[in-house]
Amino acid sequence: MTLAPERTSSPARTSISPTAPHVSEPTHLEAERHTLNTRLSVGGGAEREHLPKKSGRPNPFGRLTNAEIEGIGRELDAIRAEVMDSRGARDAAYIRRVIKVQRGLEIGSRVVLLFSRNKVAWAAGTVGLSLAKILENMEIGHNVLHGQWDWMRDPKIHSTTWDWDMASPAKQWKHSHNELHHTYTNVLGRDNDLGYGLLRVDEDQEWQLFHLGQPIWHLINAMFFEYGIAAYDLELRGNLQNWNELSDKDKEVFKANLHEMLGKIRKQALKDYVLHPLVSGPSFLPTLAANFTANVVRNVWSNTVIICGHFPDGIDTFETDSIDGETRGEWYLRQMLGSGNISGSKFTHIMTGNLSHQIEHHLFPDMPSNRYAEISPKIQALMAKHDLHYVTGPVLKQAYQVYRKVCRLSLPNEEPGRSRWSVVRGELAKVVRGKGEARTKRHLPSTV
Amino acid sequence: MTAAPPRPASARRPLLIDGVWKLAAAIATPVLPEDYLDFVAPLRAGADLRGRIVAKRLETADSATLTIKPGRSWRGHVPGQYIRIGIDIDGVRHWRAYSLTSVVGDGTISITTKAIPDGIVSNHLVREAQPGTLVMLDQAIGEFVLPTPLPAKILFLTAGSGITPVMGMLRNLPTGVGPDITLLHSAPTPADVMFAGELGALAAGGRIRLVTRHTDTAGMLDLATLDDEVPDWRERQVWVCGPTGLLDAAEAHWAGHGLADALHVERFRPTIIEPGEGGEITFLGSEVTIDADGATPILDAGEDAGLLLKSGCRMGICFGCVVTMRQGAVRDLRTGEITVAEPGDELPIQTCINAVAGSCDLEA
Repeated sequence: MTLAPERTSSPARTSISPTAPHVSEPTHLEAERHTLNTRLSVGGGAEREHLPKKSGRPNPFGRLTNAEIEGIGRELDAIRAEVMDSRGARDAAYIRRVIKVQRGLEIGSRVVLLFSRNKVAWAAGTVGLSLAKILENMEIGHNVLHGQWDWMRDPKIHSTTWDWDMASPAKQWKHSHNELHHTYTNVLGRDNDLGYGLLRVDEDQEWQLFHLGQPIWHLINAMFFEYGIAAYDLELRGNLQNWNELSDKDKEVFKANLHEMLGKIRKQALKDYVLHPLVSGPSFLPTLAANFTANVVRNVWSNTVIICGHFPDGIDTFETDSIDGETRGEWYLRQMLGSGNISGSKFTHIMTGNLSHQIEHHLFPDMPSNRYAEISPKIQALMAKHDLHYVTGPVLKQAYQVYRKVCRLSLPNEEPGRSRWSVVRGELAKVVRGKGEARTKRHLPSTV
Repeated sequence: MTAAPPRPASARRPLLIDGVWKLAAAIATPVLPEDYLDFVAPLRAGADLRGRIVAKRLETADSATLTIKPGRSWRGHVPGQYIRIGIDIDGVRHWRAYSLTSVVGDGTISITTKAIPDGIVSNHLVREAQPGTLVMLDQAIGEFVLPTPLPAKILFLTAGSGITPVMGMLRNLPTGVGPDITLLHSAPTPADVMFAGELGALAAGGRIRLVTRHTDTAGMLDLATLDDEVPDWRERQVWVCGPTGLLDAAEAHWAGHGLADALHVERFRPTIIEPGEGGEITFLGSEVTIDADGATPILDAGEDAGLLLKSGCRMGICFGCVVTMRQGAVRDLRTGEITVAEPGDELPIQTCINAVAGSCDLEA
């Protein structure tokens, strides 16, 4: 289920003068007057009590005072302003060059694949197409859809017009990713990216029997990640499980989204699995195999990059109610503590769509991706100054940590006086005894 | 028109082309075939209209003529009309309207621009733009044109860069005996007169009567004394182009003499956007106008008035609330940055982090 972004209240802002619509009576105004989102600007907020999380782990906000947090916020606003004010021709040339290289690589690889009966052509074309699809999704699609290039005012490279080479329609992905994931990053129960509703990646997430299989689910999800994201954007599992509780309007929205998504998937599949193979004539099957391989390579790579962004060791999660009335400074802090980077070469950074600078990206999602590297030292220094852990590491190390965690958390947390396996046995026994009841209860998403 | 005879051959061809295009689109999805073609043939027929700057010539110290080869989608123009040009400056696309000054039909078009103080686009065009640059174009538009047949007596009343559409008309006059034309042109000094040589030649050849007024020494033109400069002005059809002050004065003058029908005015900037603090927000879709202060996000102001608007994170990061601003000015509440949309611009803005700064018209 989607939770509407809440309107938080801030005593400091209640004095703003009301707006005066011509169309309604003035009395209406007083009733409707509200306070602004506290995440809009730094300042305000108050010292608050930071309760430990359910698992007993400390609340990450508790390490700093309110004044320190807002100070960090001001420094980050200044870093943002410096880069955003200096966006210019160099940046515009960068994204246009990447798009040009990507289109060239894609069309070149597709042409080579016309002759993919030849093994060398197959290998070269498949590698080229995989790289092209990765570039298209990561450094171009993801970042354009974040509005990173909207400032150029070029309608061809704009978050409102772009669509990308993957199963999920841009509009639906922008909602689940830009809005929900980036606003509620790593907030338990509000950020569905924490395991995509499929994996348990944090001790504070409720364990279900279903998670026993997650070392396998994770690998399957990686291979077919684009469809996983599509299902996730639709909130497929939650919506189907709670179908009878949905309002008629929610059902309509779901059906419309599903229709849009199936249309997109059909077009995508037609292209990669019918038309390009047909055009290849005698190379029909090798081209089909090449396209399938390229999609899987892209899926596995993008999944790997993305799990390294929030699931490796040392990254914090946050309790649902810990963000009530959250200030801009606290939001910034949560982004820093809730994200992790990937270290590597310039090539690595580009192929990850600069999500290797996940921390910088989460602080400033609309900053052009080519600028993250230059602010990275400043962010590291700022975090070091406040004794905050800047999580980073080579991609394989980070991905291994995640997989280790996925395996570990496939079992429930230890409970006092009970081993993890005995909790599992207990749950299994419950399912065997009173099948239906236990399952429906356990499967209700914790967000609802 | 009578019914056209059946033409099977030509009827089949578009269908075939249509089919090929559809196939190409299905192969290229989610982008379009033109997204590939644009790299190799940006000026081809059927493409979004673009042009390439092929030459630049300084007219005065602060004005220049750019010759542009338009793409094959160009539909031509009538002298006196203008085009909108979109040019990328520091990575940002800016659109401005300029009168066409070129001779019709030689495959290129030209505009003449005067660099105005703080004018991002005009200064760029005059001082920075280089031949070879690709620009976006709109088709020519504008009612500021000469009728057919031409009136017997014409007065062109121009000032500064207001000469440009008139130059476009003069260059395209039919050869041979033409109408009786007087051009009354104002510019600060002789060095500021655009096309001075060409205008002098037209006058010397008897094609026009040229009256040039150098306002730094002679002062601004006072239309009350028009009888001195152009005694027969009442008999002439008049085309006037220049600063707003001149246009307003001309409208009052000709209307005051009951001759408003003789007057044709070119106004490039019907409204001047002056950013302010707070102001009127017009939601064009729902036909609602509200007043809002300078501290309230447009999204919140709209919702307070009972409108259902696109919304998302409410903190400027998700771009889920973006709507098109037709004209007006807004201020980013996080940074204080002002975004201005001139009439004719269509600028996408985020409503959750922008407050109205003066007034704005939104497609919402």
